[in-house]
Amino acid sequence: MIFFVLRRSIFAIVLLLIVSAFTFWIFSALPSDPAALTCGKNCRPEVIEANRIRLGYDKPILEQYGGYMKGIFTGRTYGEEGAAIHCSAPSLGYSYDRHECVTTLIAKTLPVTASIAVGAFTLWILIGVGLGTLAALKRGKWQDRVATGFSVIGVSFPTFFLGLISIMVFVIWTGLLPFPQYSGITENPWKWMTSLILPWFVLAVVSAASYVRMTRNGILEVMNEEFVRLGLAKGLKRKTLIVKYVMRAALVPIVTIAGLDFAFLLGGALVTESIFNLPGLGKLTLAAVINSDLPILVATTLVAAVFIVVANAVVDILYGYLDPRVRAK
Amino acid sequence: MTEPLLSVRDLRVTFGTRDGDVCAVQGVSFDVREGETIAIVGESGSGKSVTANSLMRLNFGSDVRIEGQILLNGRDILAMSEEDVRRLRGNEMAMIFQDPLTALNPFYTVGNQIAEAYAIHHPNTSKRDLREIALQSLQKVGIPEPNKRIDQYPHEFSGGMRQRIVIAIALVNSPKLLIADEPTTALDVTVQAQILDLIGEMQQEHGSAVILITHDLGVVAEITKRVLVMYAGRVVESASVSDAFGAPSHPYTLGLLNSVKSLDSDRHTRLEPIPGSPPSLIDLPTGCPFHPRCRFAESLNGECISVIPEMKAVGNSWSACHLPVEVLSMSMKDSQ
Repeated sequence: MIFFVLRRSIFAIVLLLIVSAFTFWIFSALPSDPAALTCGKNCRPEVIEANRIRLGYDKPILEQYGGYMKGIFTGRTYGEEGAAIHCSAPSLGYSYDRHECVTTLIAKTLPVTASIAVGAFTLWILIGVGLGTLAALKRGKWQDRVATGFSVIGVSFPTFFLGLISIMVFVIWTGLLPFPQYSGITENPWKWMTSLILPWFVLAVVSAASYVRMTRNGILEVMNEEFVRLGLAKGLKRKTLIVKYVMRAALVPIVTIAGLDFAFLLGGALVTESIFNLPGLGKLTLAAVINSDLPILVATTLVAAVFIVVANAVVDILYGYLDPRVRAK
Repeated sequence: MTEPLLSVRDLRVTFGTRDGDVCAVQGVSFDVREGETIAIVGESGSGKSVTANSLMRLNFGSDVRIEGQILLNGRDILAMSEEDVRRLRGNEMAMIFQDPLTALNPFYTVGNQIAEAYAIHHPNTSKRDLREIALQSLQKVGIPEPNKRIDQYPHEFSGGMRQRIVIAIALVNSPKLLIADEPTTALDVTVQAQILDLIGEMQQEHGSAVILITHDLGVVAEITKRVLVMYAGRVVESASVSDAFGAPSHPYTLGLLNSVKSLDSDRHTRLEPIPGSPPSLIDLPTGCPFHPRCRFAESLNGECISVIPEMKAVGNSWSACHLPVEVLSMSMKDSQ
């Protein structure tokens, strides 16, 4: 088991190196010139050229990548003595558009996205797995119809549509909730809650839909397994049989998908953050795309990649823990 | 005569399907005495596995109706509450499954699964005792190095070894009745004999009665004394193994015997398979369900086509056939 974890971690690190190199290369291969973005619209070519040299964009791509990676571990100083700006480690670059270290920007926005992700994820797993289990156990009865109906509706609603409708209903028409105005959990927990409750539900409904179906089908499939019949033949109580035999087996594949979905959500819920006016990673990325703010784009892409790769590794290790057949290899 | 351990009377099992009700078992009756071994043979779809599952009410999750009586020590299992049946399962009656590769839970160690089977019916057993019991069970069913194997998962065992573990689970509570549903079908031929021997040994040790469900006549001859032959959800012949194999009183039994090769048969005689295939249970033929495949059916003036034959005594056997015994025994001699 220790070997398994170790091997999986090394693999994750190598993967991250490859992903970061690839990301870096793609963004430097883009036609937009990062140096041109450092000074306003009416910029003289000499200034652009000077900036290019100052920022190191004239150097070979490998050297730039090396400098970038080094900055992550040691911090980095941008510009020269007088106008020098130091971004301490881990430095992910400097945004000339916003005049801020990218790491600082991410540190500000990540908690917002994390708040959305954790809440929505918890809700959607509860709703998805709960309804899915109910549907499977009451197969063919009205509970099953309601749950599968919910899943069809949830799948067919796009996030932005459901988001706008929920704002209309809960904020504008009924006034049950104030208009979402994000505040940190430590500063104003109540405001934090009220600004997040709608996005949590919207994301949960949209994503739980597929979990309802996965859970339902998984449980029904496992119920037909011979080992479940053996469990029954042993004299296990129905409840024990469902929890210890059926759910245990049916939820293993769901853990994998849930882990990746969560990581994906941590990378920024672009649409949700925009609709609900939440200053998270997704909104930061969106703004960076509009302004061609390359340092931010490289960084947010990298951060999202880190989440996915780490989640992948965690899920793999967890899978090995949950399923003894995987551990053996 | 003492009362039988298990007494099945007019068992009917009906499944509700989209195409209407399917009657998989129609009026099956038989007795099993304490410590006795009987075999139920028949082709796929003859209702033998459904019968076996109904005995423990294991028809899990399907839309099923079971009628008749299943008396275990005089108590009717079909009239019991689910909780009462649960107490019997794995305790007084246990089952060995067909496919050992899928019958064990892949997520728990084999020791854990054996211990669980014991703990369900002996709730106040300490963990140490449970482990000791699991260890002994593994040893009894012939798993080498039980100390090491007890903490391994099912996928680390071969098919034959897994079937041994399934047997260990079934026997951990010394059940009075053991139902073995094709216990050797999924195994290599070399392992089959070992498993049958093991079931025999275990039966001796625990004094359990065994109902062996199989389609392998060789297996039947080897370990049982009495045999029930099932066809299309009915028992067509009930006899001692020597009678059934020596002088079958039903054309279907004769057909089964003629379609297997035995060691002493002439190398040049050809196998005679039963023509046709078992009928669909949704659309059974009229009269005797076997008549479309029976080579004697035409000799009786349409009786086979219109009247379902009742079970009647034929010598020492019971058979459900319109045919006079002499005809069948004559033809038996012809073929030999």
